[in-house]
Formats: sequence, structure tokens, C-alpha cells
Amino acid sequence: MIINHPILGPRDSQEFTYLGDATLIDRPDWQAEDAADQFHDYLYLRDNPAGEHRELWFHEQGDRSWLVVTRNTVTHEILTVELARDVARTRGRSK
Amino acid sequence: MGKFDNHGLNAVSPLGGSEPQVDAFAGLLIREVTDRALASLSARQGGEDAVKSAAASYLGGALPEPASWNANGEFAAWWMGPDLWMVSAPHDSHELLAAELKDAVGEAGSVVEQTDGWCRFDMEGGRCFDVLERLCNADIRAGKPGDATRTSMEHLGVFLLCHEAGQKYSIVGPRSSAGSLHHALVGAAQSAI
Repeated sequence: MIINHPILGPRDSQEFTYLGDATLIDRPDWQAEDAADQFHDYLYLRDNPAGEHRELWFHEQGDRSWLVVTRNTVTHEILTVELARDVARTRGRSK
Repeated sequence: MGKFDNHGLNAVSPLGGSEPQVDAFAGLLIREVTDRALASLSARQGGEDAVKSAAASYLGGALPEPASWNANGEFAAWWMGPDLWMVSAPHDSHELLAAELKDAVGEAGSVVEQTDGWCRFDMEGGRCFDVLERLCNADIRAGKPGDATRTSMEHLGVFLLCHEAGQKYSIVGPRSSAGSLHHALVGAAQSAI
């Protein structure tokens, strides 16, 4: 499996490690009224789609960047690869 | 002469010798390199342009583009990741490289002393392709001078810098695993040559 790194181009997937669902980027506000409920959902509830799935991957044996990889879980086709920090910033995650 | 020479202790190389080790094969030389000081430089968020211009005036040339390295006079630098570089200079004249670099970039960047965290082996000779392709999955034969690739050799994360395609490379790996990395380099050379 080849992951097309947005900066470095195609790299072997053995250089990467997998973390999980990219919704981990959307960490709830710990000061919200219903923070406990939000964190319960954030920690334990995951979609398990047969099809396109957005995931966090880490380029451990490379430039150590976090990536958001959109992968088809049925065919293992990699559809898009983005830098996770760019995704996080567009979602207002960075100060 | 550095600032801290009056301690009465003898420095040892990452492989433990008092002199850098050299291993010679037919068509290949593997040399331990110990005379470079290292410091990492990362741009803080919002300080990317300021770090690039401050580093360029300190180093005498622009920081390298992704996946590459360059040399300006006695300085060299390679790209490690987004907004992250390693800067290198002769240890004798720049023992305090990290402090100098921090003064140059100020609050725009973060600098960390790296000199003793790494070991470096230079590989020279016509058999470089044959040996390196046994060691890592970087696309060695498609490489060109100025390429800096982070890859793994013997399960160790290393930087592979190309000086001259097929002829001269630097391999920079974790110092605490210098013996394992050296064993891998020598083993690959013995199997290929």
C-alpha cells in the first residue's frame, strides 16, 4: 500500500503508523456544560463504515508529520492525503 | 578550541573510539564523522517567514526545501519535517551552535542542541547504490545531490543525505544506537561486496 504524502510524494505504508478515526481532531470543549457527555461520545463512539473513512496516520519513519488519510475500507484505495495540521486549522483547532 | 576544554576528559566517538572509525571495502569507504555540531530549528506558528529570513542571514543562504539539504560555507542544513530543519557546522568553530542560532532567530523559532544525540557515517565509493539499496527503502538510484531523506535502516530512523549520486552519502542516525547502525552498514557492505 502506498500513501501519497502531500509533501514527500508516494511513500511505502510501512513507514507510517496508524492512530484511528480523524474525528479525534475534533476534541470537545472541556468547559462546556455537557463536557462529560461530549467526551463520552468523543472517546467511545466511532463510525465503522464500509467505504470511505478519514483516518489519522503518522509518518514515523519519515518527516514525522500527522496526516489525514481518506481510505476506502473495502478496497483499501487511498483517495486523498492531507496534512493533519492543515485540516485542524481549517476546523479552528489551532490558536 | 571550544569553551569547555579544561575538564581533563577525553571525548570518545559514538562508536566508543578515541578516533573516528574507518571501514574500507573494495569500492566503498564507511567513515565515522564526529566533527560537526548540530542544532534543530523549528519555526513557531506564525513565525515561519521570520525564521526563514533570520536563518538565511545567519547561515548565508536560504533554508533547504522539503526533502533536501544544502551547504553555505561552513554551514549545512537539512529539512526534517514541516517547518523543521537540522543545522550543522564544524564543531571546533561552532561548539555553541544552538545558542548562536537562537540569538539569530529570536522568538520566531525554537532551537534545540542536537550534537550528542546523533552519529554520522559517510559512505563513499562506487558501490554505494548496491549497499544502500539493501539497507533502506528510499529510492536511492533515482536520487540526486542535495536530497535529504528520512528513512529507516536496521529499524532505526536515519537521515540519508546525498552529496554525489551513487558516490557519496551521509547517514545520520541516533547516537545511542551507533553500534547497531554501524553493524548494519558493515553487514550490508560485506553482503554486497
